[in-house]
Amino acid sequence: MRDTFVTTATGFLDDPRTAIVLADISAAAFAPAAARHPDRVLNVGIREQLMVGVAGGLALTGLRPIVHSYAPFLVERAYEQIKLDLDHQGVGAVLVSVGASYDRAAAGRTHLAPADVALIDTLRDWTVHVPGHRDEVPGLLRDAVCGEGSAYLRLSTESNGQPHPDAGDLRVVRDAGPGAPLLVVVGPLLDEAVAAVADRAVTVAYTHRPRPFDTAGLRALAGGEVILVEPYLAGTSARMVGAALADRPHRLLALGVGRSELRRYGTAADHTRWHGLDAAGLRRSIDAFLSV
Amino acid sequence: MTTTTATDPATLAALLDRVRAGREFGANVYSTLDVLQVLYDRVLRITPETVDDPDRDRFLLSKGHAVAGYYALLAAKGFLPVEWLDDQGGPDSRLGDHPDRTLVPGVEIGSGSLGHGLGLAVGTALGLRAQGRPDPRVYVLLGDAELDEGSNHEAIAYAGATGLGNLTAIVLDNRSASHGWPGGAASRFTVNGWSAATVDGRDHDALHTALTGHDHHRPHVVVAVVTDGK
Repeated sequence: MRDTFVTTATGFLDDPRTAIVLADISAAAFAPAAARHPDRVLNVGIREQLMVGVAGGLALTGLRPIVHSYAPFLVERAYEQIKLDLDHQGVGAVLVSVGASYDRAAAGRTHLAPADVALIDTLRDWTVHVPGHRDEVPGLLRDAVCGEGSAYLRLSTESNGQPHPDAGDLRVVRDAGPGAPLLVVVGPLLDEAVAAVADRAVTVAYTHRPRPFDTAGLRALAGGEVILVEPYLAGTSARMVGAALADRPHRLLALGVGRSELRRYGTAADHTRWHGLDAAGLRRSIDAFLSV
Repeated sequence: MTTTTATDPATLAALLDRVRAGREFGANVYSTLDVLQVLYDRVLRITPETVDDPDRDRFLLSKGHAVAGYYALLAAKGFLPVEWLDDQGGPDSRLGDHPDRTLVPGVEIGSGSLGHGLGLAVGTALGLRAQGRPDPRVYVLLGDAELDEGSNHEAIAYAGATGLGNLTAIVLDNRSASHGWPGGAASRFTVNGWSAATVDGRDHDALHTALTGHDHHRPHVVVAVVTDGK
């Protein structure tokens, strides 16, 4: 996904409004673009507060900044700059992260960012894209860069086997008929989720745009039981489901990355399993939920 | 073209009293007045008619708490109606204890949390450069205590390293940093390649010389020292 992002973002530099702001991460990949557009591909060094502040200043002059780093350094370290240098100034930017929840699991806690989407969700009117396949990246980046306001694009080394483009609104990938429990899965966990309920009567809907959440689609598809599967902090979108279904009795199971610090290394696949987000783990949780 | 219309001190004092409305202002307000007057009277190429002109000079007030004199001066210059000065901070007022750029004409940034203005100024200067606008200059006003915030030092190092020649930082040094700046605030900039001038923050001619003393090839800092704090 990162390579696709670099190629696509470089192409956007043909538009003189586009600028890219980096803090050393991926600077080598953007070096050819920086050589062609030295005034609009800006690597500020390992300075994340400045990276976002610069983006705010660029936007104040009318440019459209793409800001890119590792998820914890982009969203968590510079959160006040995102809140004040972008939102409070009334300007927008496109934030693009790599690393996701635990892509570099062996790097340990400092490089894990399961709370990034929840943190962005404390802000107002942000669009959040979580592609599940590299081929979904160009369209989502185009939507974000060509759009107004601010957007967060969360890239990962985790991926589904096939791309599912145009899944901003909930897209049904498996229909178990009226009244069946609805499983909503975000981004790269689709294949695990589909495998988890392969022999269960559960409708599966996919989205790679958790914000704004497709409330109308949820209301159209949901019966009395909803299962959320998100590749970041568990429960991040629970409030969206609760608000969307406030007028009907329903039960919700919100699955995602847990809050506990595991202090274990290994691979991303290990962490998917430890957080119960592999097919077997999801099936255990879903069976327990549906057997109540 | 430099605006040379001097602000009448008595008018400014009356407008400031209107903002003050019987409250006590601290040194942060009074120590900033002189540099604001020199900027708006003699340096900044901006008028109420050009607040949206992409080629205007930018003035960013980073130490947003020094806002009373800023509002008074903007009113004196016609950026905002003087009636707005009454009821500053009230429920229907557009003038908070920190300025909001979306509410006040002529205000370039919303500030209040310290350490944000210089980064925004660097980005603004880069944006002007990227769009081939060599004329407008970006001025940002900080306090010596505000320099404690590490974000400033990210911006100082980067602006110096990249020779950001359309940027001027002004440090209003009223000696309020808890641990001081041994060797002077300017040294934090010059070691990173900035040009610098340290002057009496009350001396309008010295301020004017310093505020126009940049060489266009590197960022410039003016340290305006005000020790009497009135």
